[in-house]
Amino acid sequence: MAVDSATAVLEVRDLTCERGGRRLFADLSFALGPGDVLVLRGPNGSGKTSLLRLVAGLLAPAAGRVRWRGRDTRDEPGPWRRAMAFAGHENPVKPALTARENLAFWIGLEGGASVDGALEALGLDGLADLPAAVLSAGQRRRLTLARLAARPGGCWLMDEPEAALDAASAARLADLVAAHRDRGGVTLVATHDGGAFGRVRTLALGGEP
Amino acid sequence: MSAFWTLVRRDVTLAVRRGGEAALTLGFFVVTVALFPFGVGPDPALLGRIAAGVVWVTALLAATVSLDRLFRPDLEDGSLDLLALSPLPLEAAVLAKCLAHWLVTGLPVTLLSPLMAAMLRLDGAAHGPLAVSLAVGTPALSLTGGIGAALVLGARRGGALCGLLVLPLFIPVLVFGVSGVEAAQAGLPALPHILIEAAILVAAVPLAAFAGAAALRLALE
Repeated sequence: MAVDSATAVLEVRDLTCERGGRRLFADLSFALGPGDVLVLRGPNGSGKTSLLRLVAGLLAPAAGRVRWRGRDTRDEPGPWRRAMAFAGHENPVKPALTARENLAFWIGLEGGASVDGALEALGLDGLADLPAAVLSAGQRRRLTLARLAARPGGCWLMDEPEAALDAASAARLADLVAAHRDRGGVTLVATHDGGAFGRVRTLALGGEP
Repeated sequence: MSAFWTLVRRDVTLAVRRGGEAALTLGFFVVTVALFPFGVGPDPALLGRIAAGVVWVTALLAATVSLDRLFRPDLEDGSLDLLALSPLPLEAAVLAKCLAHWLVTGLPVTLLSPLMAAMLRLDGAAHGPLAVSLAVGTPALSLTGGIGAALVLGARRGGALCGLLVLPLFIPVLVFGVSGVEAAQAGLPALPHILIEAAILVAAVPLAAFAGAAALRLALE
């Protein structure tokens, strides 16, 4: 693709994914440089989520490797984990904790900038001290994305980030991604609506067999 | 290290807020022990003889009550993905969650044991050894229980399976926990028995960390 391996930050080589004996994709390669956004497209079951989980390191690939700044992410997970922020399609939000406590826990565990700044970036500052149990689906989604907002500049992996978001929140997300790109961040996002993120590259994953 | 304590603190907070999980376990412990005088009759000599076993077996059951909830909520809401990806090694995360489990189950049970021992007319001389054997043994229960809880994550109905899996693993801790108290009742030193319990605890720490983390990785695949 457009970025050669000298300038690439995130490099995926010949990645093959098998789930339950079925091959989802094979020999997938791409390289992303600073500020790149790669939008994953494809029908349901084409392996978008599996690709994100593979790149994150939650799944073991059948073949191939993922490199972050030249280092294999499976052999040397340390630098990769400090740089990467993952937002899957579930919201890791505990109803018994307040919004602020939920976010403060993840920032304490994963590192990141200020809790208040991240809550404000997603427009959650007014809801910070409410128990997450009373938050709506969209507000919980924003709380999940606030984790990423606290850690700009590395690699963001997002699975359907705009699910349950209203138009204003989707615009906030686009602003966040723009700021992340300005700081040299790399983004991999599975979405049906990549238009909001400006100039992006697209990877189409195959159809159902 | 601070990430470790962040996780411990969150789990304890959750257990306390979720309808007082600690209070529930403690209630279960007290009520179950209190059933025995009704079941076997109010004979002080008999109760005193079985007291150590009753308190210990009830402590085992109390430890399994909330065991299935150790990892499952985190699996269901995607938190486990993030724990596996965080800079904190998953092995350390398992230990943190087992420690939090002990703080809300094993620790209160240990603190309450003298009261239960008195209710069952255990020898005054054996109260100390019972509390010490629980203090050393219950952390080992939370650790081996953590392995079981991680292993049954893939199963749909893990709750009963988890108890079935871990209760036999608790037998060594139970045997040496009770034998220490019985030694004290017979006027012998309890220390050797408690040291064996301590050895089990020391062995359980790395075992739970590696086996638990391996089981969690399998559940996430």
